[in-house]
Amino acid sequence: MKLHEHQSKELLKRYGLPVPEGYAAFNLNEAKEAAQALGGYPLVVKAQIHCGARGKAGGVKIVKSDEELESFSESMLGKVLKTVQCPNGKVVSRLLIEKATPIEKEFYLSITLDRSNSKILIMASKEGGMEIEELSKEKPDAIIKEYVDPALGIMPYQARKLSFELGLNPSLFGKIVSKLYQAYMDLDASLLEINPLVLTKDGNIVLLDAKVEIDDNAAFRHKDIEELEDITQIDPLEVEAKKYGLNYIKLEGNIGCMVNGAGLAMTTMDIIKLAGGSPANFLDVGGGASVEQIANAFRILTSDENVKAVFINIFGGILRCDRLAQGLIEAAKMVNIKIPVVVRLEGTNVEEGRKILKESGLNFESAIDMWDGAQKAIKLAQ
Amino acid sequence: MSILVNKNTKVVVQGITGKEGSFHAIQCKNYGTQVVAGVTPGKEGIEVEGIPVFNTVENAVKNTGANCSLIFVPPPFAADAIVESADAGIELIICITEGIPVKDMIPVKYYLKKNYPNTKLIGPNCPGAITPEEAKVGIMPGHIFKKGNVGIVSRSGTLTYEAAFQLSNLGIGQSSAIGIGGDPVHGLSHKDVIALFNEDEETKAILMIGEIGGTSEEEAAEYIASNVKKPVFAYIAGITAPPGKRMGHAGAIISGGKGTAESKMKALKEANVTVIENPAFIGKVIADALS
Repeated sequence: MKLHEHQSKELLKRYGLPVPEGYAAFNLNEAKEAAQALGGYPLVVKAQIHCGARGKAGGVKIVKSDEELESFSESMLGKVLKTVQCPNGKVVSRLLIEKATPIEKEFYLSITLDRSNSKILIMASKEGGMEIEELSKEKPDAIIKEYVDPALGIMPYQARKLSFELGLNPSLFGKIVSKLYQAYMDLDASLLEINPLVLTKDGNIVLLDAKVEIDDNAAFRHKDIEELEDITQIDPLEVEAKKYGLNYIKLEGNIGCMVNGAGLAMTTMDIIKLAGGSPANFLDVGGGASVEQIANAFRILTSDENVKAVFINIFGGILRCDRLAQGLIEAAKMVNIKIPVVVRLEGTNVEEGRKILKESGLNFESAIDMWDGAQKAIKLAQ
Repeated sequence: MSILVNKNTKVVVQGITGKEGSFHAIQCKNYGTQVVAGVTPGKEGIEVEGIPVFNTVENAVKNTGANCSLIFVPPPFAADAIVESADAGIELIICITEGIPVKDMIPVKYYLKKNYPNTKLIGPNCPGAITPEEAKVGIMPGHIFKKGNVGIVSRSGTLTYEAAFQLSNLGIGQSSAIGIGGDPVHGLSHKDVIALFNEDEETKAILMIGEIGGTSEEEAAEYIASNVKKPVFAYIAGITAPPGKRMGHAGAIISGGKGTAESKMKALKEANVTVIENPAFIGKVIADALS
């Protein structure tokens, strides 16, 4: 789960980490109130979206007067901001208004899991402000790496080592690294990125930007953080799917896919592409999908207006084919299906499943295998 | 021969009184697996379809000689269940549970590595392991597998079924099929399982099924290039997956330009692995190559 910059900073502030003084504003009035509370200009106004490279896209501005604050806020709030990383853009639901920080030097710092060795990795660089992807391509030697032992946690010498390599005061920066690691662990984060972390002109260290992402699997023990999720940043159909425990991701194509299992769902997208079509979504109905879940999956899938045909590809393991067939019939009762549906069923209780579908009177095209199913769906979508 | 599970494997099912736990314990038993015990704290003394239930894995091991555990415990308690198994002396732990936080799995992985170097963990978030016509320790539909000589290792459950089904339909059986799971922190890797297949006499060819995210397939490619003489086939899912989006599995995400299907296929091709482009023809490509 992704968090906004202002939410990330509020969480990190609880650990005594130095973030600029600032407030989130959801409308013009709140923006003005924030400016007043901060005691005057210049101020930095930052559009809050779940996407990087906001600065280059014009989403960050230093304002020096009420007029500038108002005009910039009005130009951002409720509008879609497109960046290099999000070509389709994200709606700006709120702004972060902060006191301007006098910058001496910028650094990069992040904490994440290195999957190749299952260890927490701290990465730092003197090249602040650059995206880590660019940095690892262009200047891989400029990235300093420290692995954290799972039993010990981060050791003071490691924090000191990072300080010396970055040229920062070890007693000041060391404490910050330790607290960031603490926050990463406490919050069940999957990513904590400070880019840039800055040395100010008066010798202090400030987290000028902050990005925290939370491990979705750990959401159950962070109900307070779960409530922070800004659903304006997510496709409405994805939000709807999540309510029913479905894993749905909207894509650009016209063949709706309903599949059980993440691997097979990806494969179904791939095979549609291979057959010359274009998938409209990723949808994993999961291993233990109930009749209600499947019915909702079907409704969500067909409410995407781009979808001209649906390809249901099910290989029954935990999810038995008879259960799926019942779900499809329930769904057919719930939604008025106007588009062609191709079904490919295989696996546990497949005979019962096929029988249930056949006897239902529903007009579903059946496929003998994936390739056949993909080709039929593409043909029917035309 | 085969790898990891066979007719001598004695399984204890942790979380046996839950809905999925009891359903699959019975399915495994019906397949012919020796399911000797179940564990649900506080329910010692009852039976699930003739399988005795114990309070602790330790009791189950003491009373039944179980040597493999199959875990269906819910995510908040699953890490605890894995450690309980290891501490009770179980040397093959298969964790089906989906949704365990990464923070819980990291220390478990290191605990096992440090204290029980011979203990093998499969999963979490995996379909389990099967040696056709001998033992099924997992949630796969047993009837689609057939005894034979192709070893399968995969991150995805349903894709494993798909591949096994295609092979079986063409008369090609499997020595064992192992689902290693789709989580970022897991037990056996592609490379580990391929090493086991490489040593196994019954396995004549290996099919590796991978997906986007992480570098497990690239590491396997490196191992294959210098160690494996048997023919290796591979399929990688997620060519059409957009970067930054989690494709169901917690581990299936392209981030920071890493973990793309293209980079995995490239590494595998360079290791002389036959990369299968169309997943509908996994069986056919292998059948043609082996005939």
